[in-house]
Amino acid sequence: MKKVEAIIRKSKFDDVTEALEGIGINFFTFLEVSGHGKQKGNEITYRGSHYDSGHIPRLKLEIIVPEEKLDQVISTISINAKTGRIGDGKIIVTPVDAFIRVRTGEKDDDAL
Amino acid sequence: MQEQEIIYQTSPEVLAKLEAATAAATAAQESADLAQFMTNNMWIFISAALVFIMHLGFASLEAGFVRKKNVVNILFKNCMIIAIGLLTYCLFGFDLMYPGEFNGWLSLGAFTSPGLEPTAEGMTAAYADYTYYSDFIFQAMFAATGATIVSGAVAERIKLPSFLVFATIFVAIAYPITGAWKWGAGWLDQKGFYDFAGSTVVHSVGGWAALAGILLLGPRAGKYTTKGIRPIMGHSMPLAAVGVFLLWFGWFGFNGGSVLSADPGGVSLVFATTSIAAAAGAVGAFMTSLIMFKNYDLPMVLNGILGGLVGITAGADVMSVTDSVVVGFIAGVIIPISVTAFDKAKLDDPVGATSVHLICGIWGTIAVALFGDCPDGYGAFGIQMIGILAIGAFTFIFSFILFYIIKVTMGLRVSEEEEEKGLDIMEHELNAYS
Repeated sequence: MKKVEAIIRKSKFDDVTEALEGIGINFFTFLEVSGHGKQKGNEITYRGSHYDSGHIPRLKLEIIVPEEKLDQVISTISINAKTGRIGDGKIIVTPVDAFIRVRTGEKDDDAL
Repeated sequence: MQEQEIIYQTSPEVLAKLEAATAAATAAQESADLAQFMTNNMWIFISAALVFIMHLGFASLEAGFVRKKNVVNILFKNCMIIAIGLLTYCLFGFDLMYPGEFNGWLSLGAFTSPGLEPTAEGMTAAYADYTYYSDFIFQAMFAATGATIVSGAVAERIKLPSFLVFATIFVAIAYPITGAWKWGAGWLDQKGFYDFAGSTVVHSVGGWAALAGILLLGPRAGKYTTKGIRPIMGHSMPLAAVGVFLLWFGWFGFNGGSVLSADPGGVSLVFATTSIAAAAGAVGAFMTSLIMFKNYDLPMVLNGILGGLVGITAGADVMSVTDSVVVGFIAGVIIPISVTAFDKAKLDDPVGATSVHLICGIWGTIAVALFGDCPDGYGAFGIQMIGILAIGAFTFIFSFILFYIIKVTMGLRVSEEEEEKGLDIMEHELNAYS
């Protein structure tokens, strides 16, 4: 099993989620994150002082996928999260040692 | 034929009718007088309630302009100030500020007889157009607003007990002493100083105390860096905006009630000048911040509204509506300039109290000399300046010394760790938002 972490624009969340459901992935965790990168963060002017907040708001999806679906998930996310502008996001894949459903104790593929 | 003296005598029936008519007329007059007294008095206690609403305004505004981790602390300070203000005012503040006959500078009688002592006539029109208690509660609300100006400026880094000690002594002693110089018929009033509703007596007094506090407290950690100013943003613009609108709302009572009667002409003029100045203040701040920062700056416009209100407060009853446009607009222009100037001088004021209340309070008092159509002998430029400087010097020196004593005894500022973790958790063991 693999863990796919996808950092995407907030505005692309609905597109990515619908597309993932279309390929049978309808179960994941997501969190609001801030990014720091080459593009400027939100520019703030507060009471006359300018300030680069350094805060680039994004969403991070954490999806556990079986190996056979990995390539499909990666391309689905890539296609639906893309706008062509800098800051479209990143996808990171890491191996998963164990994946367990709390309620029943089912493991790995059974826990999906 | 002898001329007979004809003696005319009013018949008893007619006499009786005359007496009845006179009695009826007197009764009608008394009734009318009472109705007028009731109307005037009612306006005063409604105004007291409106000035109370300014405390909602201050609480919201200050909460909105501080970071989330310090919200409980600022709300706590706001709660305690209204409480301490009202209590000390009833203990001695009211008598200290309105001593009746005194030497014009200071009357210590207030301390020998603490508490409120209305006379029998205190509930009648012989006392004033309002009762003793209406007078007390209206003025008490003013005292509390003067004290709460300080809490915003020293927010996010002052130790709570130190602040409470300062606020208690300040509102119990300093505010009424300077207030008596003008409103208590003291020496400034005798010399012709004019301050209708308190640009100097209330707002600049709070502003001077705030300035003394900021000077001795120092800025919030991380605000002024070697690379320039790092803004520390307020956590809630909606709270701040609602706060400003509540303050504007309360100002109807703050200025409207200062007419000290329900006189239709007087109160309606004041309502108009007050709101127009607020509006002009918003526009002045909006245009100036657009030019200065190339930005549509909400906090500046909010402060600009307040600056306009403070600016008109000294002369709302002696200026025309056109005058109030100018006075309010200039106050609005002053705001962004003043805020950035204080920041350049590394005097950190999270809510802009020094710009709104001190600088615009001074402006409003000067504006009376420039635009006001004051009663004879009042409002000349010279005496306005004397009033500003005298009250300013007393308040600033008093506050500075008091803050200094607190600093070297109890300590004034929270520790670095407390400031970083936030006063809510460290001083109150509570989060504002759970």
